[in-house]
Amino acid sequence: MAINPKKTDMEKQTPEKRVKNFDEVALGYKEAEALTEAARCLQCKKPLCVDGCPVSINIPAFIKLVAEKKYNEAAKKIKETNSLPAVCGRVCPQEEQCEIKCIVGKKNEPVGIGRLERFVADAERESGNIEKNVVKLPEKKIAKVVIAGSGPAGLTCAGDLAMLGYDVTIYESLHATGGVLRYGIPQFRLPKEILDIEVDYLRKLGVKIIVNVLIGKTITIPELFKQGYAAVFVGAGAGLPSFLGVPGENLSGVYSANEYLTRINLMQAYKFPETDTPVRIGNKVAVVGAGNVAMDAARCSLRLGAKEVYIVYRRSEEEMPARKEEIENAVEEGVKLHILTAPVEVLGDEKTGRVKGMKVIKCKLGEPDASGRRRPVIIPGSEYVMELDTVVSAIGQSPNPLIPQSMPELKIGKWGNIVTDETTGETSVPGVYAGGDIATGAATVIAAMGAGKRAAKSMDAYIKAKLKIN
Amino acid sequence: MFKIIKREDVSDTVKLIEVEAPLIASSAKSGQFVVLRLKEGGERVPLTIADKDKKKGTVTIVFQVVGKSTIELASFKVGDSIKDLLGPLGKATDFAGAKNIVCVAGGVGIAEIYPEVKELHEEGKIVTTIIGARNKALLFFEEELKAVSDAMHVTTDDGSYGRKGFVSDVLKELLEKDKTIDLVVAVGPVIMMKVVSDLTKNYNVRTIVSLNPIMLDATGMCGACRVTVGGKTLFGCVDGPSFDGHQVDFGELIKRLNQFKDEEKNSAEIYKLKCRECRENGH
Ligand SMILES: Cc1cc2nc3c(=O)[nH]c(=O)nc-3n(C[C@H](O)[C@H](O)[C@H](O)COP(=O)(O)OP(=O)(O)OC[C@H]3O[C@@H](n4cnc5c(N)ncnc54)[C@H](O)[C@@H]3O)c2cc1C
Ligand SMILES: Cc1cc2nc3c(=O)[nH]c(=O)nc-3n(C[C@H](O)[C@H](O)[C@H](O)COP(=O)(O)OP(=O)(O)OC[C@H]3O[C@@H](n4cnc5c(N)ncnc54)[C@H](O)[C@@H]3O)c2cc1C
Ligand code: SF4
Ligand code: SF4
Ligand code: FES
Repeated sequence: MAINPKKTDMEKQTPEKRVKNFDEVALGYKEAEALTEAARCLQCKKPLCVDGCPVSINIPAFIKLVAEKKYNEAAKKIKETNSLPAVCGRVCPQEEQCEIKCIVGKKNEPVGIGRLERFVADAERESGNIEKNVVKLPEKKIAKVVIAGSGPAGLTCAGDLAMLGYDVTIYESLHATGGVLRYGIPQFRLPKEILDIEVDYLRKLGVKIIVNVLIGKTITIPELFKQGYAAVFVGAGAGLPSFLGVPGENLSGVYSANEYLTRINLMQAYKFPETDTPVRIGNKVAVVGAGNVAMDAARCSLRLGAKEVYIVYRRSEEEMPARKEEIENAVEEGVKLHILTAPVEVLGDEKTGRVKGMKVIKCKLGEPDASGRRRPVIIPGSEYVMELDTVVSAIGQSPNPLIPQSMPELKIGKWGNIVTDETTGETSVPGVYAGGDIATGAATVIAAMGAGKRAAKSMDAYIKAKLKIN
Repeated sequence: MFKIIKREDVSDTVKLIEVEAPLIASSAKSGQFVVLRLKEGGERVPLTIADKDKKKGTVTIVFQVVGKSTIELASFKVGDSIKDLLGPLGKATDFAGAKNIVCVAGGVGIAEIYPEVKELHEEGKIVTTIIGARNKALLFFEEELKAVSDAMHVTTDDGSYGRKGFVSDVLKELLEKDKTIDLVVAVGPVIMMKVVSDLTKNYNVRTIVSLNPIMLDATGMCGACRVTVGGKTLFGCVDGPSFDGHQVDFGELIKRLNQFKDEEKNSAEIYKLKCRECRENGH
């Protein structure tokens, strides 16, 4: 039977409709679509796709179960290695990970692994099976461990350690769990209800989650060891926003993407004044940068009523780091791309200190730089002024410095990242492990989860060696 | 949830609450603050830790009723709970090496400066305290501060109590008279901190101010709180809230504080309307 060259389409809300709401854009496969897509998988004996998945999901096995309509079994199969499938199925950069390796992709479009993963996770949730699928764990625990931060790295590490028989406590500094999944990625890409259910699953595994605790300030890691915790995992993320470094960056109306998205997502400013935290959008918004963060900020702006939204990016469309799918979505919704354009100065009103525009300059591409991407070179004399009400800086985040500052013996790398052994998550301090964006700098959800997993495994080994358990 | 175990009216517009928060109480240092969120949907409000009791496991917060969240907080009673409370945040104030210190506070800054005066006093430093307010009714904590200060001065703008005039008037006289003053700490309205900093610059006396930029997470993650100090962009919540007053760009701070003025006003108006309704409905 000839294979269908195309991935089965997934229905989306139309652009005209979706820019007026915060509901999910992509609607997920229906059963028939999932079955069609599952049939495209060749069930490889040596599945290359699995190598591309940072948490090594047994992809052919779960797809086979889908083809057999054993959705609940498929969910259990995925959860053997991935505790957040509904999240990953939505936000994983599949096209660069599992799917890029898929053999079908050599000649045709690869199997829609992410879409199938999402389908399975949604089916499990909708049939109310999550509860039933919770594994019974022994009452008696091996030892107490702490996880600092409830982003994907922390949640995964916590889940795995709970399954291995540990008494796990997560401390989260914000008032809500999820890290970037909650405060960064908007509702229309990842509904918070789904995140809630996946976090709740961890609670059912016995994980204690305590919010409003900032490790390093409320309590320090050495104090935790004194309280009898056997090991600590730091998954504090890359929360420190970078600013443009041009004059005018502190004018009112210049936000970091973190501030902008946190106001909108975590604090639900889109419901203001029903909620108490405001955000001011204005009519014309420029978002500087072209990663997922930038696309999210741009698309939120449209949904909050901005008339014109621009992405300002100094390289070309080719180099944009965001997921292709999300760039397409943004453009469909009306976001305008000002590529090969770099900010020079944010202009403001003298009296109020509010943004009124941004001077930018055109660029062309020169030789490749260290990242292998072609370096933008400014074209002298090509400056022009964009009229704006709001500027969002989405040019990157670096690792959170708070925990390293409170623990000088923790070795820090060039970018303020905690130095770890990549395969074990060990830091320079015995018993302290780290992973995710705090160790690598801003990366991906699934990479953070992979790091959480590897750390859980080595923490288990470390604790058992120390307690002389085998 | 964080239970309120004490609630007082310090003045008409300034209220005090004592809240159960053992972890925060055991690690708080002077100059640090908390962020609280009253309930689901509420905003994150930064407030200074005015006092702490390690044994009881409580922190005291003194706040001025200015907008939606502080109006609502003022309606909380003993036994009620605050949904979220995070802290201690920010760096403890660094008084390094100072021996003869003048602490200047205005408005609700009087409560915020209390833990610092107390700490300096306990360390055996010479502390002169100047407090001021628009009028007598807005003054508080005089006795408490007197007990931990070597000398105490009080001013009111209208002369209804203490000396008529501004805190800076008294400070100027002290700086003229006493050349051994080696540090001034100023906490209060931005404009007061600016005036004090401008004044002490002439006398070349190191000055620490406690800034109150708009904050969101207050953990260094968003940059909402950024301030320009010595030409550099710093984050109020993690690099501060205390900074060298001679280096702060106060003009920028004032503008940034007005960023959401219309929205804040709107929110407070709606709340007041609703609140009247809920009172009439007997809730
Ligand atoms: C807007 C946006 C969109 C993105 N889109 C995608 C996408 O589509 N696909 C993708 O794969 N990746 C995406 N990413 C990247 C991805 O979200 C991150 O790489 C990932 O979340 C990192 O996980 P983490 O667990 O390391 O850290 P985070 O998710 O950053 O979580 C860290 C958590 O630790 C908490 N914390 C920090 N310090 C402390 C402390 N001292 N004590 C206690 N708690 C602390 C923080 O509050 C936070 O909750 C996006 C990122 C952003 C910002
Ligand atoms: C580190 C820090 C410590 C603080 N400590 C105290 C304290 O101990 N006691 C206290 O009463 N207040 C303190 N503040 C100020 C307090 O956070 C604000 O008064 C509060 O957020 C106002 O919230 P609201 O919803 O009631 O008013 P809003 O509706 O938010 O604002 C009402 C009015 O207050 C102004 N305003 C808003 N935010 C601030 C701010 N951060 N500082 C000054 N004015 C503001 C607005 O411009 C507006 O005019 C502190 C602020 C910071 C950053
Ligand atoms: S978790 Fe991500 S990389 Fe792994 S199979 Fe799912 S979509 Fe692919
Ligand atoms: S590589 Fe592609 S075809 Fe082969 S098992 Fe994986 S998903 Fe199926
Ligand atoms: S309040 Fe967000 S970084 Fe300071």
